[in-house]
Parts: sequence; structure tokens; C-alpha cells
Amino acid sequence: MQDERVLKIEGLRASVAGSEILKGINLEIRPGEVHAVMGPNGSGKSTLSHVLMGHPGYEVTGGSVTLDGVDLFGLAPWERAQAGLFLCLQHPTEVPGVSLEALLTEAARAGGRDPDAVRQALVTEAGRLGIDERLLDRSLNVDLSGGEKKRNEALQLGVLGARYAVLDEIDSGLDVDALATVSRRIQEATEEDGLGVLAITHFARLLEVLEPDRIHVLSRGSIQVTGGPELAEQLEAEGYVGVLGDAATEEPETLVGLPHAAGFGEDPFA
Amino acid sequence: MRARRAAAVAGLGDVAHPDAGEEVWRYSRIDELDLESYLPSSQRPTGASLGASLGDSPGDSLGAGAAATVVLCDGWIQSVQVSEAATEAGVLVGTVADLEGGPEILGAVLEAPVDLFGHLNRAFCPEPLAVLVPDGIRLDGPVVIVSHVATEGVAAFPRLLVRCGIDAEATVVEVQTSDDVGAMVTPVLEAIVGRAGRLRHAVLQELGQRVWQMAHQEVHVGQEASVELFHAGLGGDYARTRTDCRLLGRGAGCHITAAYFGDGSQALDYRTFLDHAAPDTVSELLFKGAVDDASRSVYSGLIRVRPEAVRTRANQTNRNIKLSPDAWAESVPNLEIETDDVMCSHASTVSPVDADQRFYLESRGVPTDVAERLLLEGFFAEVVEAAPVPAVGNRLHSGLRAKLDQHEAVGSDAA
Ligand SMILES: Nc1ncnc2c1ncn2[C@@H]1O[C@H](COP(=O)(O)OP(=O)(O)O)[C@@H](O)[C@H]1O
Ligand SMILES: [Mg+2]
Repeated sequence: MQDERVLKIEGLRASVAGSEILKGINLEIRPGEVHAVMGPNGSGKSTLSHVLMGHPGYEVTGGSVTLDGVDLFGLAPWERAQAGLFLCLQHPTEVPGVSLEALLTEAARAGGRDPDAVRQALVTEAGRLGIDERLLDRSLNVDLSGGEKKRNEALQLGVLGARYAVLDEIDSGLDVDALATVSRRIQEATEEDGLGVLAITHFARLLEVLEPDRIHVLSRGSIQVTGGPELAEQLEAEGYVGVLGDAATEEPETLVGLPHAAGFGEDPFA
Repeated sequence: MRARRAAAVAGLGDVAHPDAGEEVWRYSRIDELDLESYLPSSQRPTGASLGASLGDSPGDSLGAGAAATVVLCDGWIQSVQVSEAATEAGVLVGTVADLEGGPEILGAVLEAPVDLFGHLNRAFCPEPLAVLVPDGIRLDGPVVIVSHVATEGVAAFPRLLVRCGIDAEATVVEVQTSDDVGAMVTPVLEAIVGRAGRLRHAVLQELGQRVWQMAHQEVHVGQEASVELFHAGLGGDYARTRTDCRLLGRGAGCHITAAYFGDGSQALDYRTFLDHAAPDTVSELLFKGAVDDASRSVYSGLIRVRPEAVRTRANQTNRNIKLSPDAWAESVPNLEIETDDVMCSHASTVSPVDADQRFYLESRGVPTDVAERLLLEGFFAEVVEAAPVPAVGNRLHSGLRAKLDQHEAVGSDAA
């Protein structure tokens, strides 16, 4: 079905710097749904988020991703954004000399939306998120605290009005109050605008407000367990080791994939 | 003055032609220069064509509220207008020969030419221009000097002398333009800032694509005085500026801020010599450039701290963005420190547009070429903001914008 509304990830495999990190990811996120992805450090969560947006440092080696029927891998990153995908980076990049307004104005222009409406949208959204208006004219993410950067990301999500948002640890760096504001804002977007959310997080606190429909645990490059909200509580209580056992730790280095392993298993004296 | 010029002409035979083997000419295109293809401008340019080329004079946009406006053509002074307020304050703007004590002040700053082009300027400059700001006078508007090159095959030798008196304050803006001619221009600036004086000087270099420029600036800064030099390097085929700044009095300061953008086969070449010759002196240098297509840039800077220049603070930063695989940026910062009690730093980088920054902007829905344009405008923003008058910053910004509109993004397009 061409126009089915869903962000569909099927059998997604990807490598970075020559080693395969994602080994077959399947996820379906529909409008208004919230999916949480949790998983140990280094399990590939940020890799997944970068691959979805098309970061040039990651190589897709298999699978497909479609957004409301559109093949994302046929699109440049900026076209993916215009198609309705938003990525909240775990570590938002500092961009000296470029302001939020300049950026979002150009984004509006490229998307055929009214560039002159951006300032007002920014001011309104900043109000909803409790962001000081003076921050709007500063260089993007420069000299901002970790929490301010994340609020800044939420602000952009609000102004751009995406259909699906990938939030890579939006809760890290936020203080308790800011976390409450940001998560409430995103929760409202799921209800008001039907925003579909893929929220990468380590903490149950974000999920208390966001109320995820499904929780997925990523480890060793694929989703090991999927469950309802109770899974977050179980993880909180037992940790990844308790839930995943051995699979909670990344695989040890093996010879597979290393250059000198090419002839491994052959008889060198044959 | 005629005698001085005659002596200079006579002495030319003994002056060596620069050689790319010398450190100060390394990475330059001096070996490509065919001096004999240019003729010194021997008479004041006239005629309708001159009026046409200066019709859209940059003086108009920059001249609003100017203390004085001067137009030079091929090194000749075409017109001088001084505001009433500046005249009343005793500010003198005009040819050196007409000014009281004029001829003696020539050479007071720059005793000897630094190279062949300095000698040529001394020999062939038709009418040195002087801007003299008396002690204690604070000029509100800038002195705007439009220096235009109009004649095919000409070698033009404009020369400017600026004296900013004790506790005086002035801003001088030079706009260097040309018609689409093959020509050589060697502008020389001599500037001296008296005790506690504050001089700001900007060059907007917008020469045509077939013009060679060999510029020299010699600036002397007195006790507790400061100079802010500003460069916008956009035009020219090969455009070189050598700046020698001497901090001669205790507490003297020098800021140099520059933006340059090369494209096509341009070469933009900046050499700075910062001489800390007194205690408690400060220098702050920021050179930012971009090179596109097959263009080249050179930034070479020497900070010298003499033994007596204790408690010197000197920072030198050069950042370059390489926009095409065929472009090249050379960056050579050097320190020569002869005392311990100093705080000096230098930094230099040459790199392509930052891939993560570009990805960040693209991830918000901005096409690759627009993302690169935003990043480059952002890169140059601190230089634009440092312009001594907003009109200069605006003009630099539009010049950069025009170049960026020509630029084709090399970034990752389709996934
Ligand atoms: N740019 C990169 N270069 C090399 N290795 C990388 C790069 N990005 C991620 N990795 C590796 O990929 C694995 C997954 O990283 P990441 O996706 O950031 O994990 P997570 O976000 O789950 O903590 C880690 O082993 C990490 O070291
Ligand atoms: Mg991560």
C-alpha cells in the first residue's frame, strides 16, 4: 500500500568504519505512536538514528526504510527532513555564526512554506518550552549547556512540525523541570499533530510522560526484546543484564571481519 | 618632492626583482609577473569612460555621513570633498604637495621601501594623498577613499599617508575597484597614530579579475594608541598585501581582522609583520579565508617580540575553508620571541566545510548548497561584525554572498 501512514524499518543493516553495527532492525511507528528504544551503551542506538537521517559517515548494507510509503534511502538528508522526519541529535552540533532563525527560515523556504512566518513560530514555540527569546538570535548550540541544547532541539521539532521524530537521548542533560516541559510538549505533539516518536532513552522518567506504546531493547545490533510499558520498569529494576542475560554485553572481538581472518580455516600448508 | 621621485627612478636599476625563493615571496605568484607589460600612468585620466566606470561609485553607499570623500583614478586624485565639520576641526585631506609641511611627512613613517614595488611607488606615484587628523580631534564619519583602476595596461601607484594625532580618533575606508582591465596596482599606505590616538582603517579590495595588486601597509602606533586594520579581499587575479605594524610606545595595540574569498584562478596573499617594540603591547590578528575552484590563498604572519617588549600579549589566528579539491590555502604563522614575560598564541587551520555541521543543517531540511552557504556566512560573520563601520561590513557581506551564489556545493547530495 503506497500511502499507508507509517515509518517502516525493515531488516535494516548498517556499518560504520567497516564494522557492522546494525544487523537487521525491524520497527513500525505509526502516527501518534510512541516507541521507546533502550539498550546498553554502544549497542547501536545513535547509529540507528544517524542512518535514518542519512549521515554520510554510515553505510547502509541492507534493508529498507519508508516514510508514509516514500523510500528514505532514495532521498538526501534534507529531503528526508522535508518529507517529515526529524532527528534530535544526542550531541547537537555547534554551528558558529548561524542562528536558529536563519536555519529555520531556509528550511521553510526549501519546503515551500512561508519564510516570514518562522520568527513568529519560533517565538510561540519558545514560549511553550520556556526558552528565553534571547537564545533565538545566538549561534546554534554555541556556548549552550547540554540541557539548553536539548531544549533547542525540541524547539526546532516544534517549529518544523515533522511527522516522525527520532529523539536520541533528548532527556540527557535536561534538569527535572526542563525534562517535564520537553516531554510534555512532545506528548502534546503526538496527540495534537499525530507525531510518531522513536525515543531513544536510558531512563524511565521520560517515558512516564511520553507513555510509550512499545518498548524495544536493542543489543548486539538487533532488537532483542519488545514489550509494553512494564518492560521499562523491569529494566529499571533488573538492568540490561537482568533482562537480556549474556546479550546485554556487546560481543567480544572476534577474528571474523578482521583482515587477517580472510584465509582463516584454510590449510596454510596445502 | 620631484627630487625625491627622480632619485627613486634613478635608483630603480639597483633594486632586485623579487624571487619566489625568498621567504617573503614564498607561495606567491611573483615569478609569473611580467612587469614590462604595464606602463606607469603618466597623465591624469580623463574622458567619458572614466565617468561611466565611476558612475556607480561605492562612495555613494559608504559616503553617507562621511567626513571626507576622495576619488582616485589610476593613482591620480580626481576629487576631494571634505565635510564642513571636518574642515572646521582642522582635518586636512588632499595631495601632499599642497599641504603645509606635506613633503616632509612623506617617508617619515616608511623610511625605505620594502621591495621593488615600494620603490616603484616612490618613483611613479603621481600625487600622494594625505589625511591629517589634528591632535585631540575625534572624527565622527569615515574618510572614504575610492581608488579605481580604469586603463588597460596601466601600472597605477596610489599612495596614502594617514596621520592620526595625539588622542585623535579617525576611520579611513579604502575601496579598491577597477574596470575589467589588465593592470597592475601597487597601493602604499603609511599610517602613524600618535599617543592615545585611535585609528581604524579598512580596505575593501574589489578589483577586477585581471588586475595584479602589490600592496604595502606600514603602520606605526604610539604609546597607549591603537590601530584596527580591516581587510576584505575579494577581487584581483593575484592580490597581495603586506602589512608591517610597529607597536612603538608602551601600551600600543593593533587589531587586524581579515576576510578573503578566492575563486576561479585567483590568488590572495597576505603577509603580516607585527613588531612588538615596547612593553605592554597587544596584538590580535584574525584572518579568515575561503578558497574555491582552483584559487589559492596565503597567510603568512610573523610576530616579533623584542627584548624590551615585556608583558606583550599577541594572538594570531588563521582559519581557512577549502571549498574545492583544486583549491589551496597556505598558512604560515611564526613567532620570534626575545623575552620571557609574554603571552603569545597562534592557531591555524585549513579544512573543508565541516561535515557534521553541514549534516546538522541538512537534517533540518536545508539543501546542501544552502547549508554550505549558511556555514560560510557563519564562518565570516565575526569578521563582518568587526568592520569599522556597518556599511563596510554590509558591503563585505554582499561581496561574499555574490561569491557564494557562484559556489557549487561539493557535499553529499543524494544518499
Ligand atoms: N563514527 C564512528 N566511527 C567508528 N565507530 C563508531 C562510530 N560511531 C559509532 N561507532 C561504534 O558503533 C557502536 C555503536 O555506537 P552508537 O550507535 O553510538 O551506540 P549507542 O548510541 O547505543 O551508545 C559503538 O561500538 C561505537 O564505538
Ligand atoms: Mg548514543
